[in-house]
Amino acid sequence: MRSLSEIDTVSKRSSRAAGYSWGISEEIGKNIRLLEMFSLPGIKNLNDFYKKKKDLKLEELTLIKEKNETSKSKFCPIIAGVSFLDQIGNLKNINKIKFTNIAYPILFLPFVSRASEVIGKRIHLKLDDKEFIMNFNNSISYNFFKSEIIELSEVISINILENKDTFSEIEWKELYKLSEDTFVEENESLKQGGAGAGLTDND
Amino acid sequence: MDIPLRNPNTIMKLSRLGSFHQSKLSFLRSFLKEFKDWEYKRDLFDLNEHGFGTAVYSFKKNNRVYSLVCFANKLNEDERSDRVIATKWDAAFTLHDGVPTKEDIERLLNEVPKQEFGRLSFKELTLSRANKSVRVFNHVVENLSNGIQPDRELLSKVGYLYRTTAVYGSGKFGLADRFRIKNREEIYGPFRLEMMLVYLVRQFTFDQVNHVAHKKNPKKAVKLDIEICKSLGIGNSTGLGMAPFIVNHPSLLNNWIYAREICLKKIRGIKKVNSKDSDLFKDCLKKSIKNITSWNTDSEYQKKKIKGLFSELNQFILYLDNDFDFNEEFPFNKIYLYLENNYDEECIEYVVSMMMEPYDDIVSPLIKKMSSEEEKYFNIPTDRTVSDLKTILEEKYSDILKIDFLKKENQLNFWFISKNKEEPRLANRFDEVGSELEQPLAIARDIKKLYEVIKSSKNNLKISEFLSQNFDLRHVVRRAFIVEKFPYSEIQDNTIGKEIIPIDMLRLKLSFFGALKFDPRSDKWLRICMFQGAPLPEQLKNYNEHWVYN
Repeated sequence: MRSLSEIDTVSKRSSRAAGYSWGISEEIGKNIRLLEMFSLPGIKNLNDFYKKKKDLKLEELTLIKEKNETSKSKFCPIIAGVSFLDQIGNLKNINKIKFTNIAYPILFLPFVSRASEVIGKRIHLKLDDKEFIMNFNNSISYNFFKSEIIELSEVISINILENKDTFSEIEWKELYKLSEDTFVEENESLKQGGAGAGLTDND
Repeated sequence: MDIPLRNPNTIMKLSRLGSFHQSKLSFLRSFLKEFKDWEYKRDLFDLNEHGFGTAVYSFKKNNRVYSLVCFANKLNEDERSDRVIATKWDAAFTLHDGVPTKEDIERLLNEVPKQEFGRLSFKELTLSRANKSVRVFNHVVENLSNGIQPDRELLSKVGYLYRTTAVYGSGKFGLADRFRIKNREEIYGPFRLEMMLVYLVRQFTFDQVNHVAHKKNPKKAVKLDIEICKSLGIGNSTGLGMAPFIVNHPSLLNNWIYAREICLKKIRGIKKVNSKDSDLFKDCLKKSIKNITSWNTDSEYQKKKIKGLFSELNQFILYLDNDFDFNEEFPFNKIYLYLENNYDEECIEYVVSMMMEPYDDIVSPLIKKMSSEEEKYFNIPTDRTVSDLKTILEEKYSDILKIDFLKKENQLNFWFISKNKEEPRLANRFDEVGSELEQPLAIARDIKKLYEVIKSSKNNLKISEFLSQNFDLRHVVRRAFIVEKFPYSEIQDNTIGKEIIPIDMLRLKLSFFGALKFDPRSDKWLRICMFQGAPLPEQLKNYNEHWVYN
């Protein structure tokens, strides 16, 4: 088994060899490490991408807007990803962001995952029929388990989620009530002696 | 009195970093302190009459076990080389996490001797190999087998029976990634498992030499005297592989230097020094002179440094004995200022290391802060502005911005990774091929380039926008924002200039390891000795922490 450190180093160096700057290559190293740690096929997709990159005629998306469309070519997943991560501060108030035709979209995912950490919000990403939840870069939840190469996504839609509970207030109260069964009912004696400072608490 | 931290623009110069010496902060000393109450055991010692075979040593505490697995091999004379191009060694080692099973040892036997060409697993933590100092090893075997102890003078000149030629960790060749073990309190200090490996290898070398001598002449052989064992360490040959490490790990480098600087600041800030502490300082300083007089090297560069150090230290000791009063207020501050005014960097940094000896209460809490969660600082704060970046560059890189990189001498060299060994190398940009594949280690040049570009950019431009137009400068933009947070994270020198002495970079790192007796073999590699004078594993429970000077 390859260690994550090896994955990071080889991804970084191969990215430099594929023509990216050292700074971008550093980002890719960290990203492939993340994908592999989250059991997503990072190395597989990166390797295939670099084998075909020269023939893909990629467009560099450097300014992210609400709708990012290209009909003639394909967006480079790395530059689109770097731009998304770098510009997330400006994008966080846009609830839905759409991209068409991103090549090798799996390589775009870790940038979105890291952006989720930067803004402190979960991000929902729909890649054609596949769905992902980016959880503050601590994990990525997804609904497919095939270690596959995805050469192109027709549509990626990104939804920055508000920090809301995943449960109802009623469910919370029910569980809280149960948790109260670990508390001790205080009698007068416990009220007097159980706490520290007594009457001077609020002095 | 508020003593300021020393200026990074002075301390982070290569000549100063290349004058650092071991101290109480050094990793091999903090390793011994941490593991002194662990249970040490030799679990397996299955060597043939020539000393070839397998051995296992362990440290255990509660449910945690670390085991060194050793494989000693037959090596022909013409196969022995310390250079990184070697493919066979006298012995190969790995530190296994837990107790290795029979299957583990069989697996490791197939992989560990191959080193870079083998595959380790997440159950292994560090990997190394070593070669005998054949002259010394044979001399010791010969004497012990005849019932006599070896020539102490010869041993003292070399200082070890074996020297390692590489020690790997942190995920290399399939070893465990750091994230798997980083929460273990016993390894909070940097390189602690690498230190454990080297320390246990040292014990293996003593056991092996005793074993071979005994097999050679069972009736007459004696064991190597314990005091002689203590006086021997493990040699290490180190090349350029170490140099990029300190460039590639800025926040870690900061935490090492920052710990040293905080120690110095606090010690200089002690108003009244009690006689016990001042006596210990002077005692260590005087005893340490023997480490200088026994420091052998053929390098003219190092000889000159040693001669200067020896002379200045003797002058300084005379000054301390005759002209200095420790009853004055803030005596260590006075000493430090006196050093800065009168002595060279080598001597200043030597005494700075020595000042830490009495102050366990200052040093110990800092040791656990010498690691770094580097991932935390990786993201670039893209909502900042070009104006912010410009201020950082002007404040943190003032000397670097003065370098003229259009001059050939200031960009004479380039760093590259060799294809055959995947190791860093340095070459002349104008004489050799390959500079188009230069590694991003010319930080000074790239910072200057960044500065030139931002000077013509709008001040209020967001970094996100700046980066979208300057992909090639991303790596140095990241560094600048790291340096803003960590003052000692950047070498304040040109790492590609004509004047660069790469072994200064190695020596910085090795001083933090706790190495003694730097012996440059060229400007690009050197030999050192580790654990020379250190207690043996059986003596760890009750050892003198100032063993380096005894």
